Amino acid sequence: MNQVKAETSGTSALLVRAGRRLHPLPVRIMHWINAVVMLVMITSGWGIYDDDVIVRGLHFSQFWRLGDWAAWSLNWHFAGMWFLTVNGLIYLVYGFATGRLREKLLPIRPAEVVQTIVDTLHLKIAHEDITVYNAVQKLLYIVVILASVSQVATGLAIWKPIQFSGLVSLLGGFQTARVLHFAGMAVIVGFLIVHVALALLVPKTLGAMVTGGPRLNSRGRAKEGHAT
Amino acid sequence: MKSPFRPDVVPNAAILDNHKPLIRSFERRGLIRGGFSLGALVMLSGCDLDRPESVESALLAISRLNDGVQALLFDPNKLAPTYPASMILRPPKFNAYYDVMDVKPVNGATWRLELSGLIADRRPWTLPQLQALPQTSMVIKHICVEGWSYIGGWTGVPLRVFLERVGADLRAKYVAFKTADDYPSSIDMATALHPQTLLAIKYGGDTLADPFGYPMRLRMATKLGYKSPKWVTAIEVTNTYPGGYWEAKGFPWFAGI
Repeated sequence: MNQVKAETSGTSALLVRAGRRLHPLPVRIMHWINAVVMLVMITSGWGIYDDDVIVRGLHFSQFWRLGDWAAWSLNWHFAGMWFLTVNGLIYLVYGFATGRLREKLLPIRPAEVVQTIVDTLHLKIAHEDITVYNAVQKLLYIVVILASVSQVATGLAIWKPIQFSGLVSLLGGFQTARVLHFAGMAVIVGFLIVHVALALLVPKTLGAMVTGGPRLNSRGRAKEGHAT
Repeated sequence: MKSPFRPDVVPNAAILDNHKPLIRSFERRGLIRGGFSLGALVMLSGCDLDRPESVESALLAISRLNDGVQALLFDPNKLAPTYPASMILRPPKFNAYYDVMDVKPVNGATWRLELSGLIADRRPWTLPQLQALPQTSMVIKHICVEGWSYIGGWTGVPLRVFLERVGADLRAKYVAFKTADDYPSSIDMATALHPQTLLAIKYGGDTLADPFGYPMRLRMATKLGYKSPKWVTAIEVTNTYPGGYWEAKGFPWFAGI
């Protein structure tokens, strides 16, 4: 069985070492950098947004804004963007190269998504084994990764609409790119609320992102006796 | 497949040489400090942040780095998209650091354009002299740093033509502007020489109206709206960083789009 798994998962299996932790140190570092930078980008973005709102009547009060007025929100945003992009790129390269993304997030079967939603509605939330994501978790992580990539692309388009005019046309124009950038923020904030709420409901997931979590066997599952 | 991020025309490598001192001037310490502050300060993001000096200087150091990156991204040969004249917004959108009711019209007959700095012929110009130079028209998008945009049609003398005519040192770093409404501004020489940078004297085919900078204003397709001062009264070519009205309050200087 182990043999088959190793053959089918190709190069990634070569990098899967028995005894490694659920969240290796690089993942933990990148996760917390991203957490901080995302908050900087979201709250400074709200400061920039307020000068020309996209959703009529929707304003963000000073409490929610980073930067005491637009110029400083803008400076925070244009500083944070480098950390977000570089950290995100390293995360994606790491995730693809080590096979972590495929191992954690694929496959997603529609039937499993439905089953997880039904279970959740019946308040049956399985979390005994935090090393395996359910179908809805997988879907949410993929959505938030795609939304983040999209934020960088739409952000680049509205930062340099002339130098990257091709990208702007691809997105449907400058104002459409702005709306997409705003929508991407909404998706990420939505994810953040669910993500933080669940991490607080199951605190061992939060601990695992600090300490690294349980050590894994060669199949990427928790070793016997370390599951909880 | 060609990357959508790769410009059709590769920027002139000479830009690197032109901006060498700027690139050297980046404060490495400021950047590192910025990285740490960015982490530390997010804890306070929900509070009424009164912008400590160390945070401000770190953010400004990164902003100067961004100015350098933007100068590198700026392609002097890439033209902004243009639009049919039927799409011109009439009248254009008014925006300034004061209300439209507080506009003080300028008398075109007594108006003079003063020249200073690295310019061979520094005699002041009158409006008829400016009108006699070759004119160019462009229908371009005006993009404000706030996020709104509109399509405007501008006619005037390309700044490049003017600078060549008065014998300006085209290797200088900055072109600075003074205005009748106390709105100093400045741009990099590469943008000053871009074909879509005009000393505009007409909008939509008609003489500029008072609220929009009569008799002459700067208009660029490659920078945010706040970089285009109205009611220009003086032009200086210099190698000393001149700054600007919003830049002094914290907004980025290069503001390229």
